[in-house]
Amino acid sequence: MKRLFLLVLFLTIVLAANAQKYMTKNGYIGFFSHTPMEDIKGDNNQVVGAIDISTGELVFQALIKSFHFDRALMEEHFNENYMESDKFPKSVFKGKITNLASVDFTKPGTYEVTVEGDLTIHDVTNKISTKGTIEVVSGGINANSKFKIVPEDYKIVIPGVVRDKIDKDLTVTVTMKYTPVATK
Amino acid sequence: MRRFVLSFLLSLITLAIFSQDDLMNLLNQDASKEINYATATFKSTRIINGHSIERMVPGQLDVRIEHRFGTINSGAYELWGLDQSANIYLGLEYGILKWLMIGIGRERNEKLLDGFAKFSVLRQSTGAKVMPVSLTVFSSVTVKSQKFTDPTVTNYFSSRLSYVAQVLVARKFNQSFSFQLTPSYVHRNMVGTELDPNDLFALGAGGRIKLNKRISFNAEYYYVANPKTYMSTPVYNPLSVGVDLETGGHVFTLLLTNSVSMLEKGFIGETTGSWKNGGVHFGFNISRVFTLKKHEKPLNY
Repeated sequence: MKRLFLLVLFLTIVLAANAQKYMTKNGYIGFFSHTPMEDIKGDNNQVVGAIDISTGELVFQALIKSFHFDRALMEEHFNENYMESDKFPKSVFKGKITNLASVDFTKPGTYEVTVEGDLTIHDVTNKISTKGTIEVVSGGINANSKFKIVPEDYKIVIPGVVRDKIDKDLTVTVTMKYTPVATK
Repeated sequence: MRRFVLSFLLSLITLAIFSQDDLMNLLNQDASKEINYATATFKSTRIINGHSIERMVPGQLDVRIEHRFGTINSGAYELWGLDQSANIYLGLEYGILKWLMIGIGRERNEKLLDGFAKFSVLRQSTGAKVMPVSLTVFSSVTVKSQKFTDPTVTNYFSSRLSYVAQVLVARKFNQSFSFQLTPSYVHRNMVGTELDPNDLFALGAGGRIKLNKRISFNAEYYYVANPKTYMSTPVYNPLSVGVDLETGGHVFTLLLTNSVSMLEKGFIGETTGSWKNGGVHFGFNISRVFTLKKHEKPLNY
């Protein structure tokens, strides 16, 4: 009996720990480039992401080939000429909410947060820091952020002839709708 | 009690090692379920004269202008063929479904009208679905719309027709090297003399090596299996080499070939130039792609 009690207690603690983690398999990351010559928009709705609300750590991972463009040729060039997606198939972010204390995960609402971490694109890792929001809703957590990146910071070579068609800094939008990780 | 303490400690340790790596592991659990299709095996829908396994995706229109100058051995007076125009092909090619593209075209010599359909049957992929090669089936009908040479006899419309069937099997071995084999069958309803066969069988082989991200070197050869000794005019196997230059929406191919025709029935069956005696033409292909309908799904779909 005592042994059973211990086992239950042990499991409860492990389960409790698991419930701190939230995940999504269809998060959104998009980027937008505006120049007088051309607007370019790439959307990826198959981003996997996870957040641990006990520590504020969050990660996401996007397959480059899952970015989608209105023009197929643009998409092909994005993969072949710029991102080299066969060599570097994914982009990864590993970061942390720095002001975790200001988020009350038990109370629905929208909270301003600052996220800092390492963003890896095209096999180049840079530290980034950005503002975003955490939205506590029933049955999950939503995270939103918008920030700018410079392609050259990630050793993405843009030839002179097309440089005028691509913005100097691209606006990246992140929208994640996390749900609790099912315990196993 | 001691066991309780142990369990508790164990739990604490479990808690402590939760970190970004665990979060990453969580993400990677499903990573193997992705199918990763090979894209851009070739830069355009042609290797040089013959088709590649590349297709137009739904809603994309490819406008093609292809030109062959005179033979290089015509000498300095003809600027090694550049003063002459040996042949011109104009084509409009469109993607209908993700596995089907069609095209129409016209070639100046013999005033050929051509219509084709290209079916993507298999796509090379890794990951959740492993497929070593891409396989495409190509079929075309060509109408010779030139006036009949002898109007005094009864001429049938069917005499104008030729048919082509090809199976295109290609593999993108790595980022820079792709190779394709193309077993081909050509049927000509009407041939020059009875020495010339109506049915031709050929095996095409072609490949590309990328020199950098936007330039590739291409080569293509068709081995025609029919014995050529007794044919009414001497014909040769077509060999073409070229360079693809990609500039955004355009692909320019600068090439050398011993064939004047850019259509399968022509370059497989009627190549009269020979590399050995300089019967080689300089030429170019221009492909310009227009997006008529918004592209719906990622290419990897």
